[in-house]
Amino acid sequence: MRLLRRFLARLGNFATGRGVDQRLREEMEEHIALQTAENLRAGMPPSEARRQAVLKFGAVQAIREDCHDEQGLPFIDNLVHDVRYALRQLAKSPGFAAVAILTMALGIGATTAVFSLVDVTLIHPFTYPQPEQLVRVEDDLPGVGAHDVGMSQPELKDLERSGIFQYVSMVGGGSVNLTGSSQPARIPFLAVTPNYLALLGVKPELGRWFDPADQTPGFTLDVLLSDGLWKQSFGADPRILGRSLRLDNDLYRVIGVMPPGFHDPGRTTEQRNTALWAAAGFSAAPAPASARTARITDGVGRLKSGLTLAAAQSRVDALVAALQKQFPNDYPLQSAWTVRLVPLKESVVGNVRQSLILLLGAVGLVLLIGCANVANLLLARASARGREMAVRQALGAARKRLVRQLLTESLVLSLLGGVAGLTILLGAKGFLLQMVPESLPRLNDISISWSVLLFALAASVVAGTVFGLAPALQTGRLDLTHMLKLEGRGSKGSAEQTQTRRILVVTEFALSLVLMIAAGLLLRSFWDLYNVPLGFNPRNVMAVRLWLPIPNDPKTDIYGSAAQEAPFLRELLRRGRSLPGVREAALGSNASIPLDHIRNLSPLILEGRDIRSKDPPMVEQSDVLPDYFHLLEIPLVRGRLFSEMDDEKAPQVAVINEALARTYWPNQDPLGKRIKVNPAKPVWITLVGVVADARTESLAKESVPQIYLNGYQTTPKELVIFLRGQLDAATIPAEVRAQVQSVNPELPVFGAKTLDDALSSSLSERRFSMEMVALFAVTALLLAGLGIYGTISYVVSERTREIGVRLALGAQRGEILGMVLRQGFGLAVSGAAVGLVGALIASRLMAGLLYGIRPTDPLTFAGVTLVLTVVALAACYIPARRAMRVDPLVALRYE
Amino acid sequence: MAAMKEKTDVRQGTLALMVLRTLDVLGPLHGYGIARRIEQISGDVLAVNQGTLYPVLLKLEQEGAIASEWGASENNRKARFYRLTKAGRGVLAAETRDWEQTAAIIARFFDAKAEDLS
Repeated sequence: MRLLRRFLARLGNFATGRGVDQRLREEMEEHIALQTAENLRAGMPPSEARRQAVLKFGAVQAIREDCHDEQGLPFIDNLVHDVRYALRQLAKSPGFAAVAILTMALGIGATTAVFSLVDVTLIHPFTYPQPEQLVRVEDDLPGVGAHDVGMSQPELKDLERSGIFQYVSMVGGGSVNLTGSSQPARIPFLAVTPNYLALLGVKPELGRWFDPADQTPGFTLDVLLSDGLWKQSFGADPRILGRSLRLDNDLYRVIGVMPPGFHDPGRTTEQRNTALWAAAGFSAAPAPASARTARITDGVGRLKSGLTLAAAQSRVDALVAALQKQFPNDYPLQSAWTVRLVPLKESVVGNVRQSLILLLGAVGLVLLIGCANVANLLLARASARGREMAVRQALGAARKRLVRQLLTESLVLSLLGGVAGLTILLGAKGFLLQMVPESLPRLNDISISWSVLLFALAASVVAGTVFGLAPALQTGRLDLTHMLKLEGRGSKGSAEQTQTRRILVVTEFALSLVLMIAAGLLLRSFWDLYNVPLGFNPRNVMAVRLWLPIPNDPKTDIYGSAAQEAPFLRELLRRGRSLPGVREAALGSNASIPLDHIRNLSPLILEGRDIRSKDPPMVEQSDVLPDYFHLLEIPLVRGRLFSEMDDEKAPQVAVINEALARTYWPNQDPLGKRIKVNPAKPVWITLVGVVADARTESLAKESVPQIYLNGYQTTPKELVIFLRGQLDAATIPAEVRAQVQSVNPELPVFGAKTLDDALSSSLSERRFSMEMVALFAVTALLLAGLGIYGTISYVVSERTREIGVRLALGAQRGEILGMVLRQGFGLAVSGAAVGLVGALIASRLMAGLLYGIRPTDPLTFAGVTLVLTVVALAACYIPARRAMRVDPLVALRYE
Repeated sequence: MAAMKEKTDVRQGTLALMVLRTLDVLGPLHGYGIARRIEQISGDVLAVNQGTLYPVLLKLEQEGAIASEWGASENNRKARFYRLTKAGRGVLAAETRDWEQTAAIIARFFDAKAEDLS
C-alpha cells in the first residue's frame, strides 16, 4: 500500500515536472539562511557564518539529486536520457549506424516475413470458433493398400449416434457448370450434409443456412454462394435470395451468401476455393444407394467439447471394432478397416509444415548471424569508446548505469532496425507474395497483423539484447586504471574482447555452414527432381479443361451414355486438330493431366482373384482417347495401344503401365487378362497393352501403378483436350472455347495451361523453400564474410606495431601474410567444425524434404565447407595484404 | 573516506523514525527546526550533512506519514512546516514497537554471559 502510494506520487511528479525541485531549493535556501542567522548570533563574522552553514548542510547538488531520485521515476527518466544519448551517439557515427540498422532491418524484416506466413498457415489456419475441435474423419483399408477411401452413409449415421461428435458431416467436393450468366463457368462446389455450417460455426452473411428439415436422400435444390461468386457472377445483387440458377442443367435456388473472407477448410486449393455449397443426404441419386460398402466421400466432425483427440480416437476404434463384428460381410478382416481422426488443421497444413518450419529456422539463423555481426561492430566501438567509459566510471557513474546505457543503445539500434525492416516488408509485400506458391493455405490472408507486429517487436528486443549484452557487460568490467593510463595512445581491446570477437566469428561461420548445407541439399534435391527422366514429353503441349454437366436426373443428361458422348468427343478432337499451329490433339479425363495432383482412385478387381474381397486394391485410373500416348510420347512396351476401332460399340479394353503389371501380375503376362474398375458393372475389361512408367502422377515417385481406360467407352465428364504444336498460349484458350461452344454453348472451358507450367508449378513448393533457404544462406555467407573481415582487420590494426617490429627484425612479408591468413583460416576451420555437427543434425531433421540424396550427402558437405573456407580466406586476404605492406618505420613511430 | 562514511551513514529508516518522533513531540516544525532538534538530542549524528534530512522528508510525505505547508518562521520568513498525519502516528507507533523489540533482543544478547549461551 505504502509502495503503491509512493509510486502514484512519483508518477504524479514525473508527469507534473519540476515543481518539487523548485520547492526543495527554496526550502534548502531557507534552511541555510536560518543556520547562518544562528551562526551570526553565535558571534561568527558574516562570511564565515554563511560558509559554515553551507558546510554543515552538505552537498546541495547531491541532495537535490537524491530528492530527484526520490520523487520522480528514475528508471523512466534514465531511459529517456539513455535513449536520447543513444540517438546522439548513432547520429555521430552514421556509417556504423547505417550498417548496423540495415543488418538488423534485413534480419528482422525477413524473420517477420516468414513469421507472417507461419502465422496464417500453421498457427491460425482457420477463422472458425474452437478450431481445435474440428477433425477430418478418414477411412483406411490398409489391408488392401487403400487409404482415405471415404465413408459410407450408414457409417455417417453410426458416427452421429456415437456421442463422440457435436456434429459430423459428409463433404464431397466437385465442380458444377454454372450456366445462365454471361459465360458458362465451372464452379468448385461442395456437397455437404445440412449440418455442415453449424459444424464449422459460421453464419451466412445473407439468408440462411440449410435447415435440418432440408434433409433429403439426394440433393436439396438449395445452394449457398461464396461472397466471391456472389460479387463476380451476380454483381452483389442484394435480392439474390430466392433467385434460381442452373447448375449442370438443374435448377437450384439461392438461399444464402457466405461472409467475405470465409474459406472452406478443404485439403486442396480447389476445395478451399469452394464457391457453392449444396446440401445432400448422400443416400440417393446422384449418390449410390445407401450401403456400408458404398464409400462416398470424406467426413468432417466437431468433437464434443472437452473430448481430447486421443479419447475420441479410442472411442471411434471401439465403434469400428463393434461394427466389424456386426457386419462381417461388409468389413472383411483382410481389408483391416480403420477410421482415423485427423485434426482438420493437420490435414490442411500438414504437408507444408516441414517446409515452413525449415524456413523459420533458416531465417532465425540469419537473424542470429546478423546479431553476431552487429555485436562485433559494437565490440569494436566499445574498445574505441573505452576511454569515454573509463572516464565516466572514474567520475562516479555506476557500472550498472553504464551497462544499462549500452544496452539501451543496442536496443535502440535493433528497434530502429525492426521499424526499418517492417517498412521494407510493407513496401515489398506485393513482390514477396508473388514468390509464395499458390498452394499455401490462406495465402490471401497473409497480412501484417497484430500478432506479426508483436512478433517483430519481440524479435527486435531479443535481438537487441542478444547482440548488446556481451559488449555491454565487457565494458562494465573495464579495468579503470589501465584504461586511463593508456592516455592518448588509442585504446587496445582487452584479451577478453578479442576472445569474444573470435567466438562470435566462429559462431557466424558455424551457423552459415548449417544454412549453406541445408540450402545445398535442397538445391541438389530440386535439381535431381527437375532433371528426372519424366517418361513423357511436356514440351509444346497445352491442356485445356472442359466439363460436361451431370444433371441429377439421368434422363436430362445428353451425354449420359457412351453412344451419346463418343460422337461429341470425336467432333471435339476434329475441331482441336483444325486449330492454328496444332499438330496433334488428344482427349482424356482430368486425371490424365500430368502432374496435376488430381487423384482418381478406382478399385481394381481382377478376374478370378479375390472374389470374396469386397475391398479391392485402389489404383490410379484415367480415361483417354487413342492419341493420348502418342501425343505425350509415352512408349508402348507390350501389346497394343487403343485404336479408333476400340469405339463405344467395341468390347471394353484397357492399357496399364509397367508398375501395375509388375504389382498385380508379377512374372506373368497381363495381356488378355480381364479386370473391372466398378464392382457394380457386369462388364469385364480386357487388358490389351502395357506402356512404360511415366511420372505423370508425381515427380518424386518413379512408378505409380496406373490403368488407362478408353474414353470412348467410359463417358468421362471431366475432360481435358491436349494440343501439341507451335501454340500461342495467349490465344489457344479462347480458340478452344469458341470451338467447344460452337458445339454446345453451355459448356465451360477453363484451366488452360502448358504442361511445362504444370511441371514447374508441381515443383513450386520445393522451389520456394529452396530459393528462400538459398537466399538466406547467401545472406548468411555474406554476413559471415564481413564478420571475419572485420575481426581480422581489427586484429591487424591492433598488431601493427608488432608487425612493424617483426619486419624490422627481418621477417619476410610473405610470412606476415601467412601469419594473418592462418589466423583467419583457424577461425574458419573451428567454425566449420562446429557447423558440420549442427548441419548433421539439421539435415537429419529435414530428411523428409530431400529427394534422391541422403541427408549426409558427402559431396554437399565437402563442397559447402570448401566454399565457406574460400570465402573466409578471401575475406582475410584484404587485411592480410594490408598487414604485409606495413611500413616498419611508420608502424614504430606510431607509438 | 571510510571514516567519514561511518559517521554520517545514519540509516534512512532511523532518520525517518527520528523525524516522526520529533514531530510527534514538538508538533509542526520546519526542516531547519527538525534538524536542530535531532542534532540536539542525538549529538553529532547530523552535525554534517543536515541536507540529507530533505530526501527523508520527501519520502515520508509521499508515504503520507507527514504533511507540509508553507508558513512563516519565528523570524517571519517563509518556511515549509511539516506535521505528523494520522497515518504517520500509526507508522510511528508501529515503528517504535518494532524498534523497542529489536533493541530489547539485541540488549539481551549483549547482556548474555558465556554460560547463558552454552
